Amino acid sequence: MKGKNSAGFLVLIISIILIPFLVTNDYYLGVLIFTAFNCLASIGLCLLMGYAGQISIGHGAFVAIGAYTSGILTAKFAWSPWIAMLCGVLLVIVIAFCLGIPALRLKGHYLAMATLGFASIVHIVAVAAVDLTGGPSGLVNIPRLDFFGYVLNSDKQYFYFSWSVVALGVYIAFNLINSRVGRGLQAIHGSEDAAASLGINITSYKVQVFILSAVFASVSGSLYAYYMNYIDPGPFDVSYSVLLVTMVAVGGLHNIWGALIGAIFLSLLPEFLSFLSDYLQLLGIEYQPDYDTLVYGGILLTIMLFLPEGIFVSLVNAIGFVKASMKKLAGKKFSGGSAGREQ
Amino acid sequence: MNHTDGTLIDVLQFLFMGIQRGSIYAMVAMGFNMIYNATGIINFAQGEFVVLGGLMMVSLTMAFNLSIVFAFILTVLFVMVAGILMERLTINPVKEPTVLRLIIITIAVSIIIKGAAMCFWGKGSHYMRHFSSSESLDFYGATILPQTLWIFAILFFLVVAYVIFFNYTMTGKCMRACAINRDAARLAGINDRKMVMLSFALSAGIGAIAGIIITPIIQMDYTRGAMLGLKGFGAAVLGGLGNSMGAVFAGILLGILEALGAGYISSHYMDAIALVILLLVLFIRPSGIFGSSEAMRLKEF
Amino acid sequence: MSNSILELEMLRKNFGGVVAVSDLSLHIEQGSITSLIGPNGAGKTTIFNLVTGFLEPSSGQIRFSGRIVNKMKPHTIASIGIGRTFQNVQIFPKMSVIENIMVGRHLRSRAGIFYSCILPPFLRKEEKRIHEAAEEQLHFLDLAQYAHTPAGSLPLGNQRMLEIARALALEPKLLLLDEPASGLNARETIAMGELIEKIKQMNITVLLVEHDMELVMDISDYVAVINFGRLIAQGPPAEIQENKDVIAAYLGE
Repeated sequence: MKGKNSAGFLVLIISIILIPFLVTNDYYLGVLIFTAFNCLASIGLCLLMGYAGQISIGHGAFVAIGAYTSGILTAKFAWSPWIAMLCGVLLVIVIAFCLGIPALRLKGHYLAMATLGFASIVHIVAVAAVDLTGGPSGLVNIPRLDFFGYVLNSDKQYFYFSWSVVALGVYIAFNLINSRVGRGLQAIHGSEDAAASLGINITSYKVQVFILSAVFASVSGSLYAYYMNYIDPGPFDVSYSVLLVTMVAVGGLHNIWGALIGAIFLSLLPEFLSFLSDYLQLLGIEYQPDYDTLVYGGILLTIMLFLPEGIFVSLVNAIGFVKASMKKLAGKKFSGGSAGREQ
Repeated sequence: MNHTDGTLIDVLQFLFMGIQRGSIYAMVAMGFNMIYNATGIINFAQGEFVVLGGLMMVSLTMAFNLSIVFAFILTVLFVMVAGILMERLTINPVKEPTVLRLIIITIAVSIIIKGAAMCFWGKGSHYMRHFSSSESLDFYGATILPQTLWIFAILFFLVVAYVIFFNYTMTGKCMRACAINRDAARLAGINDRKMVMLSFALSAGIGAIAGIIITPIIQMDYTRGAMLGLKGFGAAVLGGLGNSMGAVFAGILLGILEALGAGYISSHYMDAIALVILLLVLFIRPSGIFGSSEAMRLKEF
Repeated sequence: MSNSILELEMLRKNFGGVVAVSDLSLHIEQGSITSLIGPNGAGKTTIFNLVTGFLEPSSGQIRFSGRIVNKMKPHTIASIGIGRTFQNVQIFPKMSVIENIMVGRHLRSRAGIFYSCILPPFLRKEEKRIHEAAEEQLHFLDLAQYAHTPAGSLPLGNQRMLEIARALALEPKLLLLDEPASGLNARETIAMGELIEKIKQMNITVLLVEHDMELVMDISDYVAVINFGRLIAQGPPAEIQENKDVIAAYLGE
């Protein structure tokens, strides 16, 4: 990581360290832990959407597979949570490989429908395969994570742990983007023909990114299972996959920070809305949590229509614009020629 | 009754059920195809048109006590307006359309319609009276609802109307021209933006009809859009994306396979059957059972 | 011809009922500059797309250094040493100029997705080598001052140069240039001609499609004339200029 990105990374680390001192309420700390899970899945999805130009409406299924593999292996077979998490990752790699190769070999957005169909199947299996998954009533007795016997008992510990994983995810994502493989992906995004003429195997790259993004989702699911100690099919329906797409698109398709901010924003939005509803009530407007879906849809639509780069990049551009205009107004001479580029 | 007869009656029963479900998938698939042909995008809100149609019809017939025919027409018009609004407000204004962006926009619209439907009609499922009697008829030992016969009849009517519209009317021919080559159509003086709007209107209308006719049987609720849309898309792919007559056969085939699977394999996994078929088609023969692979490579979405 | 690097034998490509390339046989000599000329729509770009794997021949054979490459995908063909540019410049507009060239080093580096994610020390060394090689190309083509400019903001002439620099980063044995001088002014065209001759001196065979006849006749060792997908003449520039069929094809019969 270089320049602005490493500065951003530093801000992320400092925020992670400080937040538990500022947020002492257990409920809100819990919300922030869920936010971490969403962030992790969104970073992975951003690599796929922003860099391979493909959309998956089935990442919730990979989260579910990670959660259920971890849950089943630990609760039913008493495996180590770490081994179980690894098994989830391996399973997801195999599935993403099988799903990705045929769908990505085709032109266009077959992956969108293939993953959407797959997500529905996973949800149906989670509900119907009662012997394995516990069905609608769920799976209990999933253990907490431990480090060589030191169990992560408090929310504060789990907060630090899960956000460290997010930071690691951000680090990995930036390494990837600025590597040979990342340049290959950006090249594919720029011109598939030119990328192929330079020896880049386009399908293989897209499949690899799809697999990597699924691994992010799987880890997120495992962390969720170990935090909740209980899982049921409810949170893993198709609308969760759609929510993940929303997070990435709202924050910014082509920017890891954007995905992170989108995930944080939409994860905290329900809290903000319920907070707001108290005030709206004073104004005589009855706000109900049922309206949340409408608000999500409205935000996604607004962003896609008016700020297709997402809120993060738009914000960065706006700040840059304001700075430039201020310089002009001040009559100072501003540097001509080529300016440095983001990313 | 001996055993063989029982099996045959079962098969007949599953066949009825399959064609009934399949007719709905066929209609959803026709809706997908119309928008796909006009714009090259997959409309993820297609299933929501079906839900909207069903729920609106419930309100008009059950709460306002309108006659079936009148409510039917009003509902279709209402959903068509919703389709036109969707195109005018969310698809048309996009200056630099990329397929990825348009797809996400249709996802956003589907979330909004779903949220709105939940707010207006609540979370419960809604009963609606059948078009005619709700007494089952006896057919060689198997039973069939009069509503199912209505569904068959309306699908048949839609197919005939579709063929006439696209082959014998000027507007229909213009839409086909746009689907084949938009630039050439524009050069020939066809207003392609108008054709896109029309495709959304017609596609919403077909979705509404599907919702209206199936609601007495399945009892509509706001969550059904995603699954109906997905299975309809399965039918569209199976029939060859963009090929509406293929979609009708594929939809019915999908319905029958689903009904047989539910009867002979497991009813818990009934919904998964159509989806597994969708995945298999995508992977093994993405051009569909009626499409040519050459044409497939030229199309992009 | 034993020293030919690329051999097309009875090559044919149909699009539906249209025959774009018709039973064309052509040998390209190792180390030469060969130009394909012919009226618009004669099938020159189609031949490029066939050789580089973007299209599959309907029949016939393409041999590169003795290997049959008919069924190979574009990225495999790049890996055996064929580089190309495109008629409508295909740079990566959002990436900087140096990053564009670094993409060209793709086949000369090895890091996979796993190591790229965790960036171990040996990978940093590889990154450094990629960077150095890219800088070398930049200097070779006089683009060094633009290294960190987004490629999309370069003027067309420099974009074409960049596209060639990127293809050279591949270290190809054969380089296919599709109308490198189109859209360039007189001065830029002369510079392009000099560049192509320099590339030849690096022992890279050049196959050229170009409409600028002055440039073609000036730098080519051989010229092949295509019309309606058929080869109507081939030989040294001087011979071609005298050829009656060629004159007829260009003036129209």
